[in-house]
Amino acid sequence: MDIFQINRWNISFLVDYFHIFVHIPIAMDFERIKEKLNILADAAKYDVSCSSSGSKRKNTNKGLGDSSGMGICHSYTEDGRCVSLLKILLTNHCIFDCAYCVTRKSNDIKRAAFKVQEVVDLTIAFYRRNYIEGLFLSSGIFKSADATMERLVLVAKKLREEENFNGYIHLKSIPGASDELMREAGLYADRLSVNIEIPSEQGLKLLAPDKKREDFIKPMEKVKNEIIQYKEDRKLIKSTPIYAPAGQSTQMIIGASGETDAEIMYHSAFFYKKYNMKRVYYSGYIPISYDERLPAIGTEVPMLRENRLYQTDWLMRFYGFDVRELLNKDHPNLDSDIDPKLSWALRNLHLFPIDVNTADRSQLARIPGVGMKSVYKIVQARRYRQLNVEHLKAMGIAMNRAKYFMVCSGKSIDFKDRTAAQIKQLILSNSNSKFSSAYSQQLNLFTSEQTPIVA
Amino acid sequence: MIKIKVYDGSFEGFLTTVFEIFEEKILEVQIQNQLHASPNFFDSTEMVHTNRQIADRVWKGLSKYCSKKGKSHIYRAFLSEQGGTENILLHYIKRCIDERKCILQDYADPQILKLAQRVKKVGREKHRMDAFVRFKETKDGVYFAVIEPDFNVLPLIIPHFKSRYADQQWIIYDMRRNYGVHYNLEDVTQITLDRTPQITTNPSFFSSEEKSFELLWRNYFKSTNIASRKNHTLHQQHVPKRYWKYLSEKIPD
Repeated sequence: MDIFQINRWNISFLVDYFHIFVHIPIAMDFERIKEKLNILADAAKYDVSCSSSGSKRKNTNKGLGDSSGMGICHSYTEDGRCVSLLKILLTNHCIFDCAYCVTRKSNDIKRAAFKVQEVVDLTIAFYRRNYIEGLFLSSGIFKSADATMERLVLVAKKLREEENFNGYIHLKSIPGASDELMREAGLYADRLSVNIEIPSEQGLKLLAPDKKREDFIKPMEKVKNEIIQYKEDRKLIKSTPIYAPAGQSTQMIIGASGETDAEIMYHSAFFYKKYNMKRVYYSGYIPISYDERLPAIGTEVPMLRENRLYQTDWLMRFYGFDVRELLNKDHPNLDSDIDPKLSWALRNLHLFPIDVNTADRSQLARIPGVGMKSVYKIVQARRYRQLNVEHLKAMGIAMNRAKYFMVCSGKSIDFKDRTAAQIKQLILSNSNSKFSSAYSQQLNLFTSEQTPIVA
Repeated sequence: MIKIKVYDGSFEGFLTTVFEIFEEKILEVQIQNQLHASPNFFDSTEMVHTNRQIADRVWKGLSKYCSKKGKSHIYRAFLSEQGGTENILLHYIKRCIDERKCILQDYADPQILKLAQRVKKVGREKHRMDAFVRFKETKDGVYFAVIEPDFNVLPLIIPHFKSRYADQQWIIYDMRRNYGVHYNLEDVTQITLDRTPQITTNPSFFSSEEKSFELLWRNYFKSTNIASRKNHTLHQQHVPKRYWKYLSEKIPD
């Protein structure tokens, strides 16, 4: 079976090269493309990254596309996720057998492979119709890491050089690819990413025995260093090309290998700090296998947990929280019934109340129910007059939570001597969470043995 | 007695009105678009004649009091076409001039907060149009799209599309307001079509491959969905039903 697949690949490889060099315009075979697209988009959808922002690539020489502005979500699937990029695999043939992955070698599914030119044509056709912001290209690993990476780079190169395409390109760094290929990839792509998938080393050993942690880390390290180097060079020589201007990102699967929230977020904080990640994505595990090492098919996707992890991620990146404040030995998992900031505030009542008319930005950002946009509005508006509760309500601050933690020029709104449990009870009884039905089920899901937290 | 100034609905007309109000030093005044004007017996109504030179002068002169962002807010809020916007803008301009500084961020002033909220709505609609425009390639190679935005955001999206699709001719047409813009590889010009309904529905107008690409896109849209995460509320929150009409992925097969 394996040999057959590789042979098939080799043939399409030749056809492709033929196409490149001879350049015979071949009309698109829509039926075949449609079938491939169904298979290879379906296989790519578990990668949650959809960002198309943060690049600085401008349209030069009246070419096609521009990715210097903000990211755009062109549509949303029925599961409510953004469709920004044409997200596909080049092929779902794979020599690896990672338990959590749909395209694992031992899985009995339809396999397909795009030709390089097919991906290029499809991307351009979709982009010209304003369906997408660009391409997100990943791949199963056929033959070897380098052979796979080389083809991904070739797609990006053709888009940039032959099509004069300035849209967004996100390439997957294939674990184990050579430094030289990684360097080339960054010259054509806006973003590079390698998915760590399983946060802990033991988990990786159990679920992806063919993969080693170093294989994930090495390309991250390489890309990080190249980004720094190219930025330095650009300061001296202005014509230095841009290298992966939208940085790199990674993804972790949640709920497949038994990590605590603390473990996950400590890993995440490590990646942000050590490899200058632009984003770490958290992907609730979607059961796709009867493998007994994993949650069974039919198990609910841990969407609430995913949501709480993202909230924590935001608190770390935009609100000035340190991960150790939010998760630690005494508090290894996030609460499901309240958000992580409120949970932190209830554990630290001695830091409140905060006066909205005098506190600085970083303090304001710590009040539950006050987001960064509200912080901005408060700081601006109080230059003109003392703010009172009516002003705050009108500005859209969630007073249901905020009122227990703030005062306006010394005057209390509802700040009284209460215990954390009392405040929590008051807030919960006055709110209606869209997740309330999910609490009970999801709490049981991860109460299995808890591994000690790292760092 | 409140004085009512009625203008023709254009941005120049609005600026001319502002000029007259300051020139005549009127204190109690309401500005009304002639489309929605409702004269009554108690107030005195006066029609303003749009004057481009005066509008130009006012627009330049506003730079003395309002920040660049403030001026962009004036324009954006104006495009919201929502009732009462003119009076909110007049309040904002008056305060800037009285206090000799831009007070755009005084969110505790209910009128200024309302201004910020309307600008935000317009910005959101503009961003939606950046996303929801779906071009179809016509037989003569022009990429053609139809929209029906809640607010008059077509002027705001031109720069985005111009820099993005610099090498293809395109038309974006606002069906609700019956005007469009055409990019001819050099500049963007305003156009009005005589036969819009036929053009948008007649397949013979488009290139032979157009239908196939639309099908591929629709297929992709379905394949990329994860059924076990279905969340219809969230889906509709992001893509409200009123936009489905022109979204190729939401048109039933």
